[in-house]
Amino acid sequence: MGLPLLAVTPDPLDLMGLVERVLAERAAHAEATGDENAGAVTSFLGTVRDKNQGRHVTVLDYEAYEPLAVRVFERIAGEIAREWPDTVLALHHRTGTLKIGEASVAIAVASPHRAAAFAACRYAIERVKQIAPIWKRERFEGGDTWIEGAVADPDDEAARTEARRLACV
Amino acid sequence: MRVTVRLFAQLKDLAGASDLDCTLDAAADATGANVARVEDVWQALLREHPALAKFGRAMSVAVNLDYARMDAPVRDGDEVAFLPPVSGG
Repeated sequence: MGLPLLAVTPDPLDLMGLVERVLAERAAHAEATGDENAGAVTSFLGTVRDKNQGRHVTVLDYEAYEPLAVRVFERIAGEIAREWPDTVLALHHRTGTLKIGEASVAIAVASPHRAAAFAACRYAIERVKQIAPIWKRERFEGGDTWIEGAVADPDDEAARTEARRLACV
Repeated sequence: MRVTVRLFAQLKDLAGASDLDCTLDAAADATGANVARVEDVWQALLREHPALAKFGRAMSVAVNLDYARMDAPVRDGDEVAFLPPVSGG
């Protein structure tokens, strides 16, 4: 069956696997409906940076409320399906302790045309950062701290508008 | 009534636990079922763990895997999660 489209996982991420998955998904849709297959795939890989706000980071610990996170990913997929109807999204986020350079989030979007693929991919990562119940604790030389970003509120229209703006809609 | 409380990230560290049982007084609703509010769960939690108060309103809540508001109803057996500001990605 292969990789799920949406997942939270302790295992290393497989970006190329996601690319193949969305291509296959779009090809199956094209086969079934006579629509176009994919003419573009965009991908995003978030990786652990070694410096943050002047601190020398050693590792990041990622924690997720896994069942809610998967439901939030489904919500993001639904938002993208309404905004860019011809796209297919795959989105995986990793949990556990990640070393510098390791991938924490992987996204792939297939689309008949590149503009929608780029926009939907950017929108997906912005929405993950806004509403996915996932946290990172930064361990650095001399201590550690939980990173706190957005207060998650899926119904906050201003946040959605900001994600759409960043996606250049 | 009893609910399961889930805590994450700094809230979990401050409380020293990720899963807690919480026993609440509840009023009967129109159908006779016992109901409380997320706010009641939070206040009960604060009595046990006053250090959590620093989060005030800077958090999200979920009831049974749906984002909810502090005035949302809570029933016996529900899972209520308190979520600090998120930082995935």
